[in-house]
Amino acid sequence: MAPLLAVLLVFVVAPLAFVVAVSFFHYDNFAIIPAFSFENYADVLTAHLTYELYVTMIWFSLLTWFFTLIIGFTVAYFLVFHVRNPLIAIGLFLVCTVPFWTSNVIRMISWLPLLGKQGLINSALLATGVTRQPLQFLLFSDFSVVVSYVHLFTIFMIVPIFNSMSRIDRTLFEAAADAGSSRWQTLLHVVVPLCKSGIALGSIFVVTLVMGDFYVVKVMSGGSRASIVSAMYDDISTLLFPHAAANAVILMIIVVIMVSLILRVVDVRKELASQR
Amino acid sequence: MLTAAGRRPWTFYALAAFFALYVAFLYGPMICIFILSFQGPQGALVFPMRGVSLHWFAELVTQTETGDILGAISRSIPLAIIVMAATVAVSVAGGLAFRDRFRGGAALFYAVIVSLVAPGYVLGIGIGLMFQLLGLPAHWYSSALGAQLTWTLPFGLLIMFAVFGRFNRSYEEAARDLGAGAGQILRLVVIPIVLPGIIAVALFGFTLSYDEFARTLQTSGSTNTLPLEIWSMTTNVTSPVIYALGTVTTAFSFIVIGAALSAIALIQRRRYGRALPVGRH
Repeated sequence: MAPLLAVLLVFVVAPLAFVVAVSFFHYDNFAIIPAFSFENYADVLTAHLTYELYVTMIWFSLLTWFFTLIIGFTVAYFLVFHVRNPLIAIGLFLVCTVPFWTSNVIRMISWLPLLGKQGLINSALLATGVTRQPLQFLLFSDFSVVVSYVHLFTIFMIVPIFNSMSRIDRTLFEAAADAGSSRWQTLLHVVVPLCKSGIALGSIFVVTLVMGDFYVVKVMSGGSRASIVSAMYDDISTLLFPHAAANAVILMIIVVIMVSLILRVVDVRKELASQR
Repeated sequence: MLTAAGRRPWTFYALAAFFALYVAFLYGPMICIFILSFQGPQGALVFPMRGVSLHWFAELVTQTETGDILGAISRSIPLAIIVMAATVAVSVAGGLAFRDRFRGGAALFYAVIVSLVAPGYVLGIGIGLMFQLLGLPAHWYSSALGAQLTWTLPFGLLIMFAVFGRFNRSYEEAARDLGAGAGQILRLVVIPIVLPGIIAVALFGFTLSYDEFARTLQTSGSTNTLPLEIWSMTTNVTSPVIYALGTVTTAFSFIVIGAALSAIALIQRRRYGRALPVGRH
């Protein structure tokens, strides 16, 4: 436990304290100067760009959350309730998880040859005569950004939902059927409520990952969009550390609010405790 | 789920089709770049293939148009091994400690969660700033190592929680009754029982470090790790050489994943014979 405490203190708690401290510093072109001023926050909060970035990223995280939830829930449902052989279920589950252990940057750029103007999808559409012109919106657009997010992050929904579903007592299905419940009603009134903690955990992962994203927006939007974090990166490349730090603190606050909203809907700790 | 007659309901086929589509969505793009990395020397970033060659792999090694890829690999692999070892050691120790309630346990747990969900780049900035303000030089083996642990440790701990949640403590008591010391109990009883979980933690430690980007960006000092190198290539390399690099690094990841999963499967098979392990992990 002592080594865990040491790592967390030195590399999580202390750095976050440094970010908060530096967010109050002054800076000039050459250095950052210790101070206690709200100037950086005023700069960040009065910039029109800031609101644009937050609205964009919250919108992206909602879209990603929606699609990863639908896909993740369906995939987990299939694996838990429809695959009879547990060895095959574990095998298929691993098929879903293996990409998680490979490079996200590579997985992201692997969309380029598919979605581009001369990419595979457009070539296929032109060849079959479905469209006359290549579809421009496929790449370097909000569409390609969301596709990449869903591609990268659905696994974070599948695993916790899979976990919750595995603990559901199968006799509940019989009970529901005996009580005259349709398949759809059983899903809505039995399965979904029992998966609440898994859904909440997955949602927390997806939302925080999108809000903290750096490279997907930058590459997949073709530079037309920026993320909150890529704006910080630009600040830091020009040595505006205190400005970036103030932005980081605001981002952390927004993320904490989003996570607590999710936790308000689902009390994850109570749910987890009751299932033990 | 089966109907009374034992036949599969129509929903099985609908969901199976959905699952197949998801797997295609997951692997399709990757397979595309694997194929494209074998483009002929005149080939472009998109289909069609103009011949088949190993040209872009050769380009990768000779590095005429790319950066210091071999250097980046020579840093990323040792870093991943160090992170893996540290993640295993700290997660096992942490998992053991969290079996009992202790003062500050809840606070420590919250710190783990913060470490997991805090935006990686923000932690990276914090660590970078801390090293800068304390006058410490940033290196891949110091600041970046710590930064990556903030990503791998939460996963390692969550896995160990799950493993120790199913661990029967009477084995330890039995060993103690037979006169085993604390070290012996750990080495001869606990570690062998939780070994599959430890291998899983090692897999997460290695691969998450090897592919880590956001936390490493501001903390690796003047030299790049492999993901940072790949990132800089996405902005200035416009040839299939980047696909070749993607193929090589993904193949390497697959070897590591395959080795870890086979080791776990082998242990399970030895333990349960041919019978199926009932518990999930």
